[in-house]
Amino acid sequence: MRRLCTFYLDELLFGIDVDAVQEVLRYQAMTPVPLAPAVITGLINLRGQIVTALDLRRRLELPERPHDLLPTNVVLRSSTVGASLLVDAIGEVVDVEDESFEAPPETVQGMARELILGAYKLPDRLLLLLDLKKTLEIGTEVQA
Amino acid sequence: MDEALQAFLLESHENLQQMEKELVLLEKRPEDRELIASIFRTVHTIKGTCGFFAFSRLEALSHAGESLLSRLRSGDIKVTAEIADALLALVDAIEEKLVAVETGGDEGTNDNAALIARLISLAQGGGPKPPAPPAGTEGKAPRRKATARSAGPRTGRRSGPGRRAAKPKAAATQPATVAELAVPGDVRQAVQAATVTESAVRVDVRLLDRLMDLVGELVLVRNRIVQLGGGRASAELASAAQFLNRISNQLQDDVTRTRLQPLNTLFNRFPRLVRDLAAACGKQAAIEMSGGETELDRSIIEAVKDPLVHLIRNAVDHGVEAPDTRVTAGKPAQGQISLKAYNEGGQVVIELRDDGGGIDPALLRRRAVEQGHLGADDVAALSDREALRLVFLRGFSTARKVTSFSGRGVGMDVVKNNVESIGGTVELLSELGRGTTTRIKIPLTLAIIPALIVRNGDERYAIPQNNLLELVRLEGKQARGGIERFKGAPVFRLRGKLLPVVNLKHELSGRRAGDFEVRTLARDSVTNIIVLQADRRQFGLIVDGVDVTEDIVVKPLGQLLKGAPLYAGATILGDGSVALILDIVGLAQRAHVLADADQRVVAARARTTEEAERQQVLLFRGPESGRMVIPLEKVARLETFPISAVERVGGREVVQYRGGILPLLRVPSPFVADRDRARLGGGGEIQDRLHVVVFTEEGRQLGLVVDEILDIVEEHFAVEGVGVREGVLGSAIVKGRVTELLDVRRIIGAAQVPTQRRGSGDGR
Repeated sequence: MRRLCTFYLDELLFGIDVDAVQEVLRYQAMTPVPLAPAVITGLINLRGQIVTALDLRRRLELPERPHDLLPTNVVLRSSTVGASLLVDAIGEVVDVEDESFEAPPETVQGMARELILGAYKLPDRLLLLLDLKKTLEIGTEVQA
Repeated sequence: MDEALQAFLLESHENLQQMEKELVLLEKRPEDRELIASIFRTVHTIKGTCGFFAFSRLEALSHAGESLLSRLRSGDIKVTAEIADALLALVDAIEEKLVAVETGGDEGTNDNAALIARLISLAQGGGPKPPAPPAGTEGKAPRRKATARSAGPRTGRRSGPGRRAAKPKAAATQPATVAELAVPGDVRQAVQAATVTESAVRVDVRLLDRLMDLVGELVLVRNRIVQLGGGRASAELASAAQFLNRISNQLQDDVTRTRLQPLNTLFNRFPRLVRDLAAACGKQAAIEMSGGETELDRSIIEAVKDPLVHLIRNAVDHGVEAPDTRVTAGKPAQGQISLKAYNEGGQVVIELRDDGGGIDPALLRRRAVEQGHLGADDVAALSDREALRLVFLRGFSTARKVTSFSGRGVGMDVVKNNVESIGGTVELLSELGRGTTTRIKIPLTLAIIPALIVRNGDERYAIPQNNLLELVRLEGKQARGGIERFKGAPVFRLRGKLLPVVNLKHELSGRRAGDFEVRTLARDSVTNIIVLQADRRQFGLIVDGVDVTEDIVVKPLGQLLKGAPLYAGATILGDGSVALILDIVGLAQRAHVLADADQRVVAARARTTEEAERQQVLLFRGPESGRMVIPLEKVARLETFPISAVERVGGREVVQYRGGILPLLRVPSPFVADRDRARLGGGGEIQDRLHVVVFTEEGRQLGLVVDEILDIVEEHFAVEGVGVREGVLGSAIVKGRVTELLDVRRIIGAAQVPTQRRGSGDGR
């Protein structure tokens, strides 16, 4: 059994291990980082610690988030990375069984497909398991 | 990880470092019994503790080493180079196992059979029979495990303030007690070696980092409280704020100090490094070190580690010549490398010197042209000293293709970048045939630095003060005509020198450098140019606005932004928002203002010789719109304060400034003195901000209130006695207009400012 923290992105439900999450925060003001890769939205002051916010929609190459939808921060538990994932909305914490795990569904294409490990079949929908490690491996080269 | 285990790892790492140093020493003094005994104790302690944690492979390995060492100790066999090599290999193997434990939780699968066999055969080599392994390691193992289990609850206790203090002691003495069962004879020594000094406590570095972060935050809160307390707040709040200020300064200093480590933690490895390197390249070299007790923040030590290793490698590999070459040249066969660390004017200097062949500037010039870094004319113009700096070019002399040169300089750009990333500088001096000296200078306090906050659009950026030379503000016509084009690149004529300029907005927009229109600058009525120094070259940075100078706590950017080129880190400002710290050297490189800056300066130099006699003055608007100047050398800073920050003490105006009290002075008015204090703004309108020129006179800081800072000018002007009055030395024509020269001494005397001295440690 695995306990996942879930969140929504463009109508899709994603999950990461609940242990990987430090905290969930409502939208925070951010300081943009010019010349950084586009997936990096900015820097957040989290109680004196500086956290890099990563727009998961952009990372997964999903459509841009509507302007009136303020993203929620899923701050990751890691002393070295110091990252927060920007998601549309936070879901519930879900316990999933290994038996319900299967390969990524055909309906998920492109980058999103590369960055998920597979899907858990929930009674009413699919829960996509995000490959956190790969997700955080963003190209360090900057925009020219 | 179990705390006892963690303590064991920490201690073993330290002991191994020490042992490594001792082994190198042992080769020179093979008869030194003390040394052998000390090395024996280290291995013995590790072996004993391994049993405690049931690391059987590590135990077998250290046991083999111990056998050899005990034969050496008893004098049965003598130290040979072969034995020293084997023992050094033992250090490496143990280190490797420890790292495996640290990262993977167990000691790994390598059983080091070959090394064990080698150690045992060496132990047997000198005498008739190997010493009996100290009473049945296998047999005792279960008992030790039992001890470990019974110790579990004690070390695992999770409450009580004494936990941290108790931990190292428990961890360090228990293994020794266990070892007692095995080798009763050595107990006393083992305990002595293992017991940590009572007054010292081992603290997890992460805890210190966390403390540092918290103190950083406290400083930010303090800044806000002090701001609030400085306004119209009650006297009580103001005094509480001052108290908070003092305490947090103290705390900040102390916490910063806890993170200090002696450079020796790094230096200890170098004798071995030099020995191994020299052996590998068939040379003879020895290293001599001093100043290893110099303490630096651990993050700095971490940051200089790789550069130093690289430089030492260079010194042995490419600096020191082969023994016969040296002898032919009249030098001793053994090359001498010296490593010195010392404090100098608020910086720590680490100097590495070798007495090798030196670097040939002519060769560097050739190489630079061959590799396409510079044109033939360019390198011809370089002085020898400048030519030496070519080694810092990225990708310079990339390979061992060049045999006579053999890659000297490979990775020097990395050395430079590493050092600069912590705000330091690298200097290279070399004399052909005599040797090379590399000097690394690092600021003492890394974590907290003074910085200028500038604006670009809505965002604020911090510029480290040590890059800052001066601020230039161009208004009106000047702003429009101030920026010119020289060979297609924007420049600003600063006191006759052409200063390449970079527009921050432009650089941050990510468009190609240099293609912005000068006219875009002109549309604004004000141009702020920050004159910066990067890599010994100056350039101007155009920003939208200049805020304040502030002491900032440098925080690293997360891993996701490691590759970002323009930032040295980030910081949290007084209002809680995040600001990026600009990497000035990176910025200059990106904007290509460093490459040909020298030539421009050279071109402009000829015209500027006559300017030597000119005086630099600060031009400002005084009361009744009069133009006045004071010598720039007197000026420490330019500041603005909100009117509300002005307080009155004993009938005098003061403001709180950088942790102290700054008395304010007024420029004497040519008319009836100070009719209306409320009319601070001058020119008829009331301003809510006060422009203050901070200057230092006889060790005191004073603030001169002016209506407006106009410019910094350098002109040759004749003072005439026209219109001399109290506080004015005379008048002169400055920039085509009659301007009064303020008599700084006189107005200080007139104001009878209390002789309050500025403490040296404030401003934090």
